[in-house]
Amino acid sequence: MAEMTYRTAIAAGIAQEMERDPTVYLIGEDVGEPGGVFKATEGLYERFGPERVRDMPISEEAIIGLAMGGAMTGLRPIAEIMFSDFVATCWDMIANQVAKTRYMTDGQISLPLVIRTANGGGLRFGAQHSQAVENWAMAIPGLKVVAPSNPIDVIGLTAAAVRDPDPVAFFDSKALYSLKADIPGGEVVEELGVAKVLRTGTDLTLVALASTVPKALEGADILDREYGISAEVVDPRSLVPLDMSTILESVRKTNRLFTVEENPRLLGWGAEIASLVAEEAFFDLEDPIVRITTPHIPLPQADVLEDAALPSVDRVVETVRKTVG
Amino acid sequence: MATAKTRQSAAAPTVGLDESTRLALYRGIVEMRYFEDRTHRLFLDNLVKGTSHLSLGQEAIAAGFGLAMRPDDYTFATYRGHAHTLARGVPMAAVLGELLGRRTGLLHAKGGSMHLTSVEHNMMGSYAIVGSHMPVAAGAAWSAQARGTDQVAVCFLGDGTTNIGNFHESLNIAAVWKLPVVYVCENNLYMEYTPISKVTSVPNPAADRARAYGLEPLIVDGNDPEAVYELAHDRLARARAGRGPSLIEAKTYRKGGHSRADPAKYRPEDEVKEWLARDPVDTYRNHLLDLGIDESVLAEIENESMAKVDEAEAEARAAPPPDPASIETNVWSDGGSAWRR
Repeated sequence: MAEMTYRTAIAAGIAQEMERDPTVYLIGEDVGEPGGVFKATEGLYERFGPERVRDMPISEEAIIGLAMGGAMTGLRPIAEIMFSDFVATCWDMIANQVAKTRYMTDGQISLPLVIRTANGGGLRFGAQHSQAVENWAMAIPGLKVVAPSNPIDVIGLTAAAVRDPDPVAFFDSKALYSLKADIPGGEVVEELGVAKVLRTGTDLTLVALASTVPKALEGADILDREYGISAEVVDPRSLVPLDMSTILESVRKTNRLFTVEENPRLLGWGAEIASLVAEEAFFDLEDPIVRITTPHIPLPQADVLEDAALPSVDRVVETVRKTVG
Repeated sequence: MATAKTRQSAAAPTVGLDESTRLALYRGIVEMRYFEDRTHRLFLDNLVKGTSHLSLGQEAIAAGFGLAMRPDDYTFATYRGHAHTLARGVPMAAVLGELLGRRTGLLHAKGGSMHLTSVEHNMMGSYAIVGSHMPVAAGAAWSAQARGTDQVAVCFLGDGTTNIGNFHESLNIAAVWKLPVVYVCENNLYMEYTPISKVTSVPNPAADRARAYGLEPLIVDGNDPEAVYELAHDRLARARAGRGPSLIEAKTYRKGGHSRADPAKYRPEDEVKEWLARDPVDTYRNHLLDLGIDESVLAEIENESMAKVDEAEAEARAAPPPDPASIETNVWSDGGSAWRR
């Protein structure tokens, strides 16, 4: 056992895979010698050398393109896009090239690559360095989408993403970088498409992802302690593949569903889950499904405004109480 | 305007061309010409659906490179990629099958004309977003460098590509990492409908930018298969020896429009006339005759090429359409398209 933060778990997860597989390479802006703008890749350059941990120019399309060309010819590259908002500058490479090529070639080309990026708000960076965009990736056929909520999952899901034969968009949450956990010794490997029930409950299901998971857990504690309401918290961990069977099983037991999403309202990931639950578990529901999201706005910068925009523990508690109370 | 006078193949010929090489070049351009002519006819018969971009008039570039490349070198092409695919030895029937949307097509009818790919032949794809294949080719070159092979990636692009961001991003990183990649700009003077000269800051859209990446400006007559072959040979060897990327501008001309829908009425009559007089197939045929090659040898190549195209057409026409159930296959490596459990 060793205590690690979410931030140090990122480097530990990448190191575990680079150690195991010599075809794993890391490229991105400032990922090498500087150790990452968030120090999330610190130590990798020293440990694996300048050939396997390579600093790139500010050329996001080239970063993704190099990873793609490498992946189709025998490498397993990890490409870092510094802030997830920047994926918009290389969205053609991700959405048209990486995601579609296996299908267009009817399976001739495999692209075992990982696009990792620091996602979401909470750091007062303003609208162009803060948006949660995991739902963008979820909308693209051919991409797997991962968003870990804790340091153990950071390592285990990094392993799963790197070992996956298909392209994976890996969104870590920069609001969680200081979150700590004890990491078990030995290799840590999780599976994509397996949700985790983080807290069991009987009155309602809260589905939360990445940054909203700690908020949902804290909200569930308050609901239990102060209002006698028993919430179950489910973390899907990957949006594609999506573990609907765990979510449906939970909803069939609690008969109520709330999603807690950092992405802006329209077509956030919870919309798809809500739609599937409505289709497949409608008669198990006692109340309407409720989505708790960031409003449909670009994120504002100042702390007071950003805190008002992002889903909070209070908002989780109040929204649930209004419905269940 | 580019003419043969502007030809400045930077390297002196490094290979002596023997007759078999010359005939192989001729066979290459003739097969491509007949194939593309046939494709055009199949459009008119409404058997090729959607769009298609022909290499008519530009065959010498694909043929010259195809012959100079090693079987394990990688090709990256644009949506105008039929000739580049044939140049790697991909069976004609599979290419035509793809254009006709048949089950036997190269991509089982999922990709179509603009996405021809045959990994088996190291034809690593045709890409239909302008410029997006440039960093992918750099990535394959990076992989060859990292794996310690001496493979080279060759990436064909159009003149319009020289004004998109990926052109800059790719050439810069290829130069910085000394990647074994050869970028070949086929400058046919027009993007789609607009002359490249009208929207570009320099007269030679690729070559005049080479210095910005520390590369040598290279211009070649793209209608001369021997000039292309010799320059290709030289630049491939250079990349293989670890001396970094090249950027070549091959001057050429489309025989027809940008795509099926385009009659190319925007091109001045004199210009069209001048370039058609320099048609690579006719010009090279005359050149070979001048060299004393017997016309019957050329006629045999022509007959064999026509027979090959006829056979490919018959095979493609006879092939069954794709199975609609295949729409949900091969999104993922497990062969399926499941996104939930």
